[in-house]
Amino acid sequence: MSGVLVVMEQRAGTWNKMSFEALAAGQQLAAKLGVGVSAAVVGDGLQTLGAWSSSGKVDAAFAVEHALLKEYTADGYVAALEQLIKRLAPAYVLFPHTYQVRDFAPALATRFKQVLISDVIAIHDGPVFVRQLLQGKLNADYRQTGDGPCFISVQAGTFRAEEQQNTAVAMEVFTPALESTQIRNKPGELFRESAQTVDLSVAPVIVSVGRGIGEQENIGIVEELAAALGAELAASRPICDNGWLPMERQVGSSGQTVSPKLYLAVGISGAIQHLVGMKGSKAVIAINKDENAPIFEVADYGVVGDLFEVVPALTRAVLAAKS
Amino acid sequence: MKILVAIKQVPERDAQIHVAADGKWIDESDLNYTINEPDAYALEEALQLKEKNGGEVVVVCAGPERVTSTLREALAKGADRAIHIEADDLGQRDTLGVAQILADAVKTESPDLILTGLQSDDLGLGQTGVVLAELLGMPHATIIMQVEVVDGGLKVKRELEDGWFQHVQMPLPALLTIQSGGNKLRYATLMGIKKAKTKETKTVTSSTTAGAQAVTLERVYLPEKQKKTEMLTGTPAEIAAKLVEKLKFEVRVI
Repeated sequence: MSGVLVVMEQRAGTWNKMSFEALAAGQQLAAKLGVGVSAAVVGDGLQTLGAWSSSGKVDAAFAVEHALLKEYTADGYVAALEQLIKRLAPAYVLFPHTYQVRDFAPALATRFKQVLISDVIAIHDGPVFVRQLLQGKLNADYRQTGDGPCFISVQAGTFRAEEQQNTAVAMEVFTPALESTQIRNKPGELFRESAQTVDLSVAPVIVSVGRGIGEQENIGIVEELAAALGAELAASRPICDNGWLPMERQVGSSGQTVSPKLYLAVGISGAIQHLVGMKGSKAVIAINKDENAPIFEVADYGVVGDLFEVVPALTRAVLAAKS
Repeated sequence: MKILVAIKQVPERDAQIHVAADGKWIDESDLNYTINEPDAYALEEALQLKEKNGGEVVVVCAGPERVTSTLREALAKGADRAIHIEADDLGQRDTLGVAQILADAVKTESPDLILTGLQSDDLGLGQTGVVLAELLGMPHATIIMQVEVVDGGLKVKRELEDGWFQHVQMPLPALLTIQSGGNKLRYATLMGIKKAKTKETKTVTSSTTAGAQAVTLERVYLPEKQKKTEMLTGTPAEIAAKLVEKLKFEVRVI
């Protein structure tokens, strides 16, 4: 058992870009271990993906194809990848930490009596896999102690997919044995709730509000600050879950991904799911009462204090500076 | 329909967290615990399904004695029965080990549907539900916003990335991991709290002792800062003045 296998993701012939970050992570790990890297992608009619290229070495690539893999189902993907992994016998299997991977990879690992080390943010010598605990308040080092393949998923944006020295990768077709009776779920078409009317991804300035605001009535003070700065108003998930702001204003893994010139986070602790949506911001200002809030790890300027005092004072100061 | 809800007790979200002396977990001595928030949404979905379709809601939680307070709260909100799996060694079990004791404890219940939160607020591995389904040989679906009982099973609404959704039809018995925000959470009423005292909480010992783990948590520590953060201090007015300076001359947005 040796080598690193990276399982990439596509939907209807289009790559999920996080696949290439997982590939970069796999190449780094393989280089550390001095072993080969192979890649695989699951679906049907994968030739539409065309030739793809990798910035680093890929020793072998597999198109895991079957008519029953046209639509994603956990049952289909688990059965197909179980067969591929048994054939290749890799020591490490890496995935991008997508919603789809979260749906099937834990079951796949269970087939091998292993546990997926999910949402990994760094790989150190050992190898030791680093992931976050308690909404990002702590980091934790994990190590594989079982004797089967080690399953890893990597967090979005933590490994950079380089665009240099592209080399074309040819894929070998691997056809798993699948029966339609193995697939228990019937997936429907993808849909969106309603046309998105707020595009936060192009906003140059965003003022974002989180749990720390306490009550819906208090959101007004943050709206006033946003208005003073000419900023779009955004929120973390709990605010939208409570219906205090519409879902389309949510920033994070289940909402929009933003990269404004300024992201001003008010009462947001900075859970992983939120940070992945805003860590591309040029400048981050965080106002929070808890000095240990993970949002301060990504902030350029931090204020530990009572947002109910700081935010109105800031609004007044911004208006005064502008007039 | 018999619905089983697997819940976890976790430290409160705003708890001050300190790394334990051995560096392997957090110091638990002064922590307050509560229901894992996504599991609260799983319980809410179960209670609403029961209100619409009839049946029974059974809550199950593994952990030391303290988890019975979380089970009592679930009974007060409307669950019919509770099962406490006594286990003081959850820290020595990986996801597979925890899912195994849950699987062994719920097998005899033969539920039609198992619900749990999509991930825990403490470990955040987001896998126990899927692994439990695999151990029980049930189909599963994750990150679910809505559940509808239809002919021959369920129709569920899965959340995908970037605001996309998908409906999935699946047969019963099945396991779903529930996303937050699909429903509004209820509070326990005074009547509910009174009634909870008459409801059954069965205590079972965990089916196995903690054995070899496939993955091991070796060390926990404070994350290194990704950026050098300049902390601004003073009265609110002084802080506001300093922030305006930064907004003007550093960030250049005013």
